Amino acid sequence: MSEFTREQVRKVATLSRLAFTDEEADAFAEQLSRILVHVEKLGELNTDGIEPSPHALVLTNVLREDERRPSLAREAVLMNAPEQEAGCFKVPPIIQES
Amino acid sequence: MANHPTPEQTSIARLSDALSKNKASSRELTESYLSRIQSLDSRIGAFLHVAPELALAQADSADAARREGKNGPLLGVPIAIKDNMCVEGMPTTCGSRILENFNPPYDATVIARLKAAGAVILGKLNMDEFAMGSSCEHSAFHPTSNPWDLERIPGGSSGGSAAAVAARLCAATLGSDTGGSIRQPAALCGVVGLKPTYGLVSRYGLVAFASSLDQIGPFTATVEDAAIMLDAIAGHDPLDSTSAPIEKLRYAESLKHSDGIFKGLRVGLPKEYFIAGTSPEVDAAVKAAIASMEAAGAELVEISLPHTDYGVATYYVVATAEASSNLARYDGAQYGHRAKDAKNIIEMYTRTRTEGFGAEVKRRIMLGTYALSAGFYDAYYLKALKVRTLIMRDFENAFRQCDIIATPTSPTAAFKRGEKMNDPLQMYLSDIFTISCNLAGIPGISLPCGFTEGGLPIGLQLLAPAFQETKLLQTAHAYEQSQEWWKRTPNF
Repeated sequence: MSEFTREQVRKVATLSRLAFTDEEADAFAEQLSRILVHVEKLGELNTDGIEPSPHALVLTNVLREDERRPSLAREAVLMNAPEQEAGCFKVPPIIQES
Repeated sequence: MANHPTPEQTSIARLSDALSKNKASSRELTESYLSRIQSLDSRIGAFLHVAPELALAQADSADAARREGKNGPLLGVPIAIKDNMCVEGMPTTCGSRILENFNPPYDATVIARLKAAGAVILGKLNMDEFAMGSSCEHSAFHPTSNPWDLERIPGGSSGGSAAAVAARLCAATLGSDTGGSIRQPAALCGVVGLKPTYGLVSRYGLVAFASSLDQIGPFTATVEDAAIMLDAIAGHDPLDSTSAPIEKLRYAESLKHSDGIFKGLRVGLPKEYFIAGTSPEVDAAVKAAIASMEAAGAELVEISLPHTDYGVATYYVVATAEASSNLARYDGAQYGHRAKDAKNIIEMYTRTRTEGFGAEVKRRIMLGTYALSAGFYDAYYLKALKVRTLIMRDFENAFRQCDIIATPTSPTAAFKRGEKMNDPLQMYLSDIFTISCNLAGIPGISLPCGFTEGGLPIGLQLLAPAFQETKLLQTAHAYEQSQEWWKRTPNF
């Protein structure tokens, strides 16, 4: 159950948008399995009735008036763009013609 | 053996005093540090980027401001910044190829505040890639060496930040701490490293690793200097929605009232932090430090933090889950590396990330993605968040019985380069003493408390309740000044 198989690595890799060779996948499977064995220690603890804490301190949503404020100039936003055209980021096709 | 300046000569407080009295100009100081970096950093590898022109321009502005009558503890003082905080005009790589040529179009809030205080930024410092690591060996560019022994690691992930202060390549630095990444390298490099309470220092412009854990903090040669840096960077920021809406305190000022702090101070010693597996020299040095506090009037209280052993497991679910989400943005679309000739968007994402990220980052993204994925979310992520509540309660209970908690920062002194690279889990377990503090959000500081027989620094960790940096800094300052450890400087 806590065993990371090569198949499992491939599934998680797809979700993570990462690609591995078979050798890399096997190496990761082994390392991740060992880490998971340690992580499964958490199962030893009874946490019935315990609230989960996504943050250590109490945080509430911070809101402000919906008014326009100074923002980054377009050139600054595009400054690091690998590819740009007509003031937009340019990327490969998202929707393929079938 | 070079003759390096000591903290007595080059602490922020000392430099600021010299600048106020016109014994040196900021330009002279900056030139002198740039020269040191040029001749010495090849041995240490602390810097990823040095910005002489920008730094000298800032130095000249500081000198001009001083001539107009301005002053301040950081005016004209040269510092450097971990490479995961945005500084306009310099690259921010996070130690990663995926951001190798990324030039941020804005300053992080902490940077804006340091600039407003007149500090001079010399450059950006090496780190484990995306702050994931404990040795600085996971930087995509080069490892950093520990100035006390060049064959050993400086700790991580803020390895460059710690090493630069220890090697006196600048007066102070900023680092970030998610699971110990300020405190552990501070201990291993014999300097002061402070992780403030979560929310005290703005994260705007800090490249996010784990959003509920990350905090920016200073590395300095003395506790007083850490207080000076905290004064400059702490305080509510409307640009960070997790920034605490509390009133800012005056930390450096408060150190003047540290006399007698130990009388009646209840110092908690958690039994889970004094265990086999800690090196005998570390154990002895930390115990000697605690004994000196007792001799000064402190009351030692044995306490328990019963969920300590679950800290690493909790952290490696929570932090990796948050990281898998935070690092999803590195996809080649808007900045950073982009894989060439991708035929469609998914191929661009996948090849960009596969080419751009190192092994440790990939490992953690995978772990986090797995923990959040359908069918595993409850067993891993939700479970870890519940254990986090238990860890928080451990500290709440402990702080009813004591005022400050004292522990070793790291179970060992600096290890040799390559020693732990084969077993990621071994590396993770070395964070056992620092990790719970981030999960609970409380502040922690590491400061020197001794040296091994081989001359390697040993760090004492002090923890305080949330937002009690004043008490934490006063205690640390009083201990530091009662000893001579802070005066030593490495001989690389």
